[in-house]
Amino acid sequence: MRYSAFNLIRHGLGNPLGWGPAWKPASLKPSYDAIIIGGGGHGLASAYYLAKNHGIRRVAVLERGWIGGGNTGRNTTIVRSNYFFGESARLYDHALKLYEGLSEDLNYNIMLSQRGVINIAHSEHEMELMTRSVNAMLLNGIDVELLDRKQLLAEVPLANDAPDARFPLHGGFVQRRGGVARHDAVAWGYARAASQLGVDIIQNCEVTGFIRDQNRITGLETTHGRVSAGVFGLAVAGHSSVMAAKAGFDLPLQSYALQAMVSEPLKPILHNVVMSGRTHAYVSQSDKGELVFGAGLDLYPSYAQRGNLPTAQEIIAGLLEIFPAFRRLKMLRQWAGIVDVCWDYSPIIGPAPVDGLYLNCGWGTGGFKAIPAGGWLLAHLLAHGKHDPLSAPFDLTRFQTGALIDEAAGAGIAH
Amino acid sequence: MLIIPCPWCGPRAEQEFHFAGEPKARPVPAEQVSDQTWAHYLYHRSNEKGAHRELWSHAHGCGRWFVMERDTHTHQILSTKAPA
Repeated sequence: MRYSAFNLIRHGLGNPLGWGPAWKPASLKPSYDAIIIGGGGHGLASAYYLAKNHGIRRVAVLERGWIGGGNTGRNTTIVRSNYFFGESARLYDHALKLYEGLSEDLNYNIMLSQRGVINIAHSEHEMELMTRSVNAMLLNGIDVELLDRKQLLAEVPLANDAPDARFPLHGGFVQRRGGVARHDAVAWGYARAASQLGVDIIQNCEVTGFIRDQNRITGLETTHGRVSAGVFGLAVAGHSSVMAAKAGFDLPLQSYALQAMVSEPLKPILHNVVMSGRTHAYVSQSDKGELVFGAGLDLYPSYAQRGNLPTAQEIIAGLLEIFPAFRRLKMLRQWAGIVDVCWDYSPIIGPAPVDGLYLNCGWGTGGFKAIPAGGWLLAHLLAHGKHDPLSAPFDLTRFQTGALIDEAAGAGIAH
Repeated sequence: MLIIPCPWCGPRAEQEFHFAGEPKARPVPAEQVSDQTWAHYLYHRSNEKGAHRELWSHAHGCGRWFVMERDTHTHQILSTKAPA
């Protein structure tokens, strides 16, 4: 059923339970044209674009838990495309452009709020490097603006401008098209739209093994039985190495816990997304009024989906150095997601070392903003067996050729 | 919070330590190492969920290195010992 103002009024006055489920319950069939492992944002988007862009509708998405219950439901919902290198700028801006039209495309309100993403520079040297980054972004066609100290304070009046501030304000830059989107709605919207096009979304279905014929993956062992397909996509973020080991290869990834937290709700106090590369802190205010924030990784490998206290303390300390006004807030929740980090902080999109399997992983701390592009590009690979020009630089082979896209320093900011 | 038993200093808080990757032997001789082997040595990791062998240093303590076996899912520390 289409979501519209007319239907809202009709159901509001009539049968409020008449909406029906957003996506059809499905059970696993014996075979498909394509199977996507992982029902997060990237997996669901891949299934949707397979059906929509390429007309491949005998598709299943297999999710071990519930859809959007992993990193898609755990991130801080920031979308932006202010990356240093051309390859990244094109990739993430493709995602941002798709996000801009996504509510209409999916007929599902993803609550995109392009409130602007501001990065703060805390020293003259940081300001110089930021100027260079901004120039690179402008050359790549990303619409960012440099802010001097006065302009920064006009945008973020709460930032600590005291003469004895530990992290003084020198300026910053803003991407006004950046902002936040409702993360659950992105997962649910893609699921609903994919389901309407015939995709089977199978939850509580864990992939326990791969069935191989020589060097080709032909099927999967799952907790719902065996299933075969022509091609397979792997979009399981933090568990990519675990699944790769089952398929007989390893990946240039390490999995870490990335934590985030929310404060008690406040009246509107912060109208943009603010990031500080020096403290790694990033913060925005949700529609419910909570401050949503995070910072760096817990710096040792983890699959625990919870962050440790020392990192939580650092995150809060970093935020409070920038915003002393938040000092007396109570925290409501703290959680973590498991992110798969590549050595160059860029994703891996492309064929796996075994035939019939394609990878979408390595997004590290910044996968949410890339969901539409990740899905778009994995769908292209699954449909055609070769790269879209946008994804070619992110092939796994870059670790052998040395053509890394080193955003670790380039992006210079927390994700 | 991890309490890590340093083989030399005993149990200490995790902030004193630095994780330094999975222990690996560098492939030699360098001129005969293929790009693939080198890429595997440099970048590829076992990244296990469960028991995981790790190299750590007691950076803000005795400064010495040790090998720790740790469960990456439960964060339970299984053993620490001096590197062989």
